[in-house]
Amino acid sequence: MNDLNTTMAGEHREPVEEFEREPVPDRALLGLRSFVGQYGGEHIAGTELMLGPLFLASGASAYDLVVGLLLGNLLAVLSWTFITAPIATRARLTLYYQLERICGRKLVMLYNLANGVMFCFLAGAMVTVSATAVGVGFKFRMPGLNDLYPNSIGWIVSALAVGLLIAVVAAYGYKFVARVANIAVPWMVLVFVAFGVIGLRQLGVASLGDFWDAAQTVIWKGGDPLPGQVKFSFWHVTFFAWFCNMAMHIGMADLSVFRYAKKSRYGLATASGMFLGHFMAWLSASILYALQLRENPANIDVLPGPMAYRACGIAGLLCVIIAGWTTANPTIYRAGLAFQAIVPRVSRFRVTLATGIFAAVAGMFPAVAMKLLGFVALYGMILMPMGAVIFLDFWVFRRLGLQQNYAAAAGTQFNWAAGTTWFLSLGICTWLVLHGGVQIFFVSLPGWFIAAILYLILSMIYQRKRSPVKRLFREREP
Amino acid sequence: MKKIAQTLSALALAATLVPSLLFFADLLALAQVKVWMLVAALLWFVSAPLCMERKTTQ
Repeated sequence: MNDLNTTMAGEHREPVEEFEREPVPDRALLGLRSFVGQYGGEHIAGTELMLGPLFLASGASAYDLVVGLLLGNLLAVLSWTFITAPIATRARLTLYYQLERICGRKLVMLYNLANGVMFCFLAGAMVTVSATAVGVGFKFRMPGLNDLYPNSIGWIVSALAVGLLIAVVAAYGYKFVARVANIAVPWMVLVFVAFGVIGLRQLGVASLGDFWDAAQTVIWKGGDPLPGQVKFSFWHVTFFAWFCNMAMHIGMADLSVFRYAKKSRYGLATASGMFLGHFMAWLSASILYALQLRENPANIDVLPGPMAYRACGIAGLLCVIIAGWTTANPTIYRAGLAFQAIVPRVSRFRVTLATGIFAAVAGMFPAVAMKLLGFVALYGMILMPMGAVIFLDFWVFRRLGLQQNYAAAAGTQFNWAAGTTWFLSLGICTWLVLHGGVQIFFVSLPGWFIAAILYLILSMIYQRKRSPVKRLFREREP
Repeated sequence: MKKIAQTLSALALAATLVPSLLFFADLLALAQVKVWMLVAALLWFVSAPLCMERKTTQ
């Protein structure tokens, strides 16, 4: 996953002109293959090595996991194709510019802050993944499945060293890392396949015909989750696969990517990322964890480094380090860009370095990585309401006689209808999770409709009070 | 030069995956798989930049 933010990581994929405040012109549009390659590459990330095992730790059965992932990933692909891409290919604007036109500059700054903080924690999880590979060589005590705090000096030093190295590289040489990431992707995909093949053989699968039987009785046996984990059913798996990139599709962050697509059906290209990264890679990683549990049922630690080393030796370790490093870097870089929009006078170098240090400290705490299933769901929930705001503004407002791109039309820096929608929907979703008996993995579905209804009602009230169009006409009158 | 790099990178990718398949078929020991995969990784990261760089500049 997010891998979410390796979006446009590849240097050769970044258009020379960014068209940050104008629609992408026809001459800059890209073909289907660009998107297939981009999504195929960006969803093979260090975090896949955490997520796969966490499904197993959550007691997902073979049917629930395999069919749930197939359905959830299909829903994610359809969300990109029918929700994100149609708006992107019509407006051809970046998410930030489109949001600025609807919500105003100050509200977008708040959005940037939320986005940047979430990016930092996500990068921290990737630092954690890479640091587990260092532990294989230095043999210090590493965090367990339910650890929230660092549990040894060796771990602290390792995570900080890895994190600071990533921070410095992100600040100095982002393009170099982007190039390494592009080169590494085809190799990493095959190493993930090898993880699965080797794991299956070691679990006693001798032919393809044995697979499903072993899947049900040896690998994903279902039953109770491991201590401290939430039980995952078919619907948990489906919703997780659908919503783990919610910020990107329903949350509309990938408007910035698909504004370059010639046709909206290019949203289907996301299938390359979903079915390589969020199907094959998750299954392979969970097979490695199943092998670990079979060899030593008491060893429930989710440590990608040791798991990969047992299966593929030093090449496996390299894969863990590169997968974590190459995805943490663009994440830190993009978090830095989000923060820099808030403090534009501070140099990008300093902001990126500070962001990287924050991510390094976050990576020292295993809480985010070990609770990654919940964190990813939270990430989607926080950014989802803005997707509903954009969706309504684009498709519904004109038909109801409401002003589209209200902030731009009214010249306001903060669209209170959009801001209140965001805060209220988050408040309601949080209440539903804490007191309403709705788990965080599901809450974003009703949350989207709550945000959409709220934005519609609040905009009717707000726009009637301010009536920007009439005011604009009055201002223009001599 | 470009063709050599392309051939080597294709071989590297094959050497990344094929040993695991041979292990699956009981034709190669795991220790050997690990050695082949390491050699393949080194070969890939030496050869792939040469042909992938060319592609991006053309």
